[in-house]
Amino acid sequence: MTLMTKFLGASAALALTAGAALADPALVYDLGGKFDKSFNEAAYNGAEAYVAATGGSYRDIELQSEAQREQALRRFAEAGFNPVVTTGFSMSTPIASVAADYPDTKFVTIDGFVNPEEHPNVLSILFSEHEGSYLVGMMAAMASESGTVGFVGGMDVPLIRKFACGYAQGVMAANPDATVIANMTGTTPAAWNDPVKGSELAKAQISQGADVIYAAAGGTGLGVLQTAADEDILSVGVDSNQNHLHPGKVLTSMLKRVDVAVQEAMTAGDELETGVMVLGLAENGVGYALDDNNEALITEEMKTAVDEAREQIIAGEVAVHDYSSDDSCPVLNF
Amino acid sequence: MDFATLLQVLDSTVRLATPLLFACLAGLFSERSGVVDIGLEGKMLAAAFASAAIAAVTGSVWLGLLAGIVSATLMSAIHGLASITFRGNQLISGVAINFLASGLTVLIAQSWFGQGGRTPSLIGAGRFTGITLPFAEALSDVPVIGPIYAELISGHSILVYVAFLMVPLTWFILYRTRFGLRLRAVGEAPEAVDTAGVSVIGLRYAAIAICGLLCGLAGAYLATGLQAGFVREMTAGRGYIALAALIFAKWRPWYALWACLLFGLLQAVALRYQNIDLGAFVVPVQVMDALPYILTVIILAGFVGKAIPPRASGEPYLKER
Repeated sequence: MTLMTKFLGASAALALTAGAALADPALVYDLGGKFDKSFNEAAYNGAEAYVAATGGSYRDIELQSEAQREQALRRFAEAGFNPVVTTGFSMSTPIASVAADYPDTKFVTIDGFVNPEEHPNVLSILFSEHEGSYLVGMMAAMASESGTVGFVGGMDVPLIRKFACGYAQGVMAANPDATVIANMTGTTPAAWNDPVKGSELAKAQISQGADVIYAAAGGTGLGVLQTAADEDILSVGVDSNQNHLHPGKVLTSMLKRVDVAVQEAMTAGDELETGVMVLGLAENGVGYALDDNNEALITEEMKTAVDEAREQIIAGEVAVHDYSSDDSCPVLNF
Repeated sequence: MDFATLLQVLDSTVRLATPLLFACLAGLFSERSGVVDIGLEGKMLAAAFASAAIAAVTGSVWLGLLAGIVSATLMSAIHGLASITFRGNQLISGVAINFLASGLTVLIAQSWFGQGGRTPSLIGAGRFTGITLPFAEALSDVPVIGPIYAELISGHSILVYVAFLMVPLTWFILYRTRFGLRLRAVGEAPEAVDTAGVSVIGLRYAAIAICGLLCGLAGAYLATGLQAGFVREMTAGRGYIALAALIFAKWRPWYALWACLLFGLLQAVALRYQNIDLGAFVVPVQVMDALPYILTVIILAGFVGKAIPPRASGEPYLKER
């Protein structure tokens, strides 16, 4: 009997260590939901790319409420998943409070920032959204015939203002006389999922003369894109490539390569290097989308100008102001 | 603010007030019969999903509308079964409806369409489009009246006109028909209605059936009139604002119209002018968003008139044995 117990104990221990050695990565989506055709879906695509490339597997969870953030992190960490990748700036605070309890687990926060000195097992991945937004802003200004372009943000947070500010700078660079109308949908997380309000905002901006509208608003943005297509003006998508949603009506999409970030973090596994990583134009972390759906909308002139600006930003000749650096924007009043 | 801007804001008000008005009248029928309905939000959401899903599959917005009405009425039936037949707590049943709708819509949408809890975008006949009223083009050159008619009154989808026609219809049903008299009586003194030999249960079921129908119209308007498809949680709290409007309107149809228009106007203004600069100080957009609730609290506290709910509302009827 004792021998039996020993065997059982040994095999159990073996199973446990085997599980730890083959630790799978885990992915936590933010409140926008897995298939938001945008930010979280990009993370999902990255995870699927990891599966396709390595044959590995991963576990994921869609958060339903604020209260689940810390709980989800603890569950994954205790179950031995490594690294635990999370999307959305709201995850940085829960990670900061959880990370110290699981020193062997590596946490990744995309869009969030956790002090690397206090929490050495956290990787913060930040994107230079202002640079990508600058490029689509230039394109919007060049595509606009009225000289007025719009911006619809989701929840009014510094991250979204960073998008708006970069966009406005791009617009001004291409057309110094242009007007930028910037609106935020709301101040609660419901602002990410209210397409009706998105539509109304788009209609209000159209009536003020806007003929290209950039939506950085998750699910709310779908209402903006829909209204833009209905009213026969152009829109600009965000995060994922949204050009296919209304072919010929979406000028381009500001790409944020969350998919690449997720795939790389997952592939690195527990060898992942922690710290702070900023992905900008130079790292191809942000950019604009060009495919069959918007080919006809992008003129050669636009492409040349934007690619030139891209080179200049990478070379440091053009500096795009980052709203989050000093909480102000030189060209746009909120 | 020039005339054109004013018209645009009012136009937006009409669009935003329509789902509130449907839901508010739905709540009015239900609560006037003595059944408190906090589940307006859930019923609208269920209807929004069903209408968008069926419209996407069949390509017909009318079938979608029908599906929306059926699904909201089913939700109403669940509410009725729990709170009328089994005499459960109406608030709890209503909250359960909200949770049920919130989860079920996304679940079914995901397994049906695989697009992450949304329906495919509706195209062509799958949507309600604006209808141009007669003479709108011809009259648009007439000063003042022309633009008001062409911009503000004409060009909405048919459900908007249905919503506004529902107000006099509701008034007529409640105050000029035998059914309406009984409906109001059953919300005030169900035992009197029972003594007169009229079925309390039957009347309350009839009321929540009408409630389901109106919620179905509200949801269908959101998904197929204002938008071209369903997105999870797309009602975004409109059911609760409708409830607030109902209290604000003191459970009366014409007041409901004005309350919904006022709340719609507040939303439209908040969307158009994010922060309102009054010179001396700036009104932040959050104040505008919170105003419907603040106004309702003021009304409830009895500062402006008194809001007295139907006396028997919230209480399941138990015949004395």
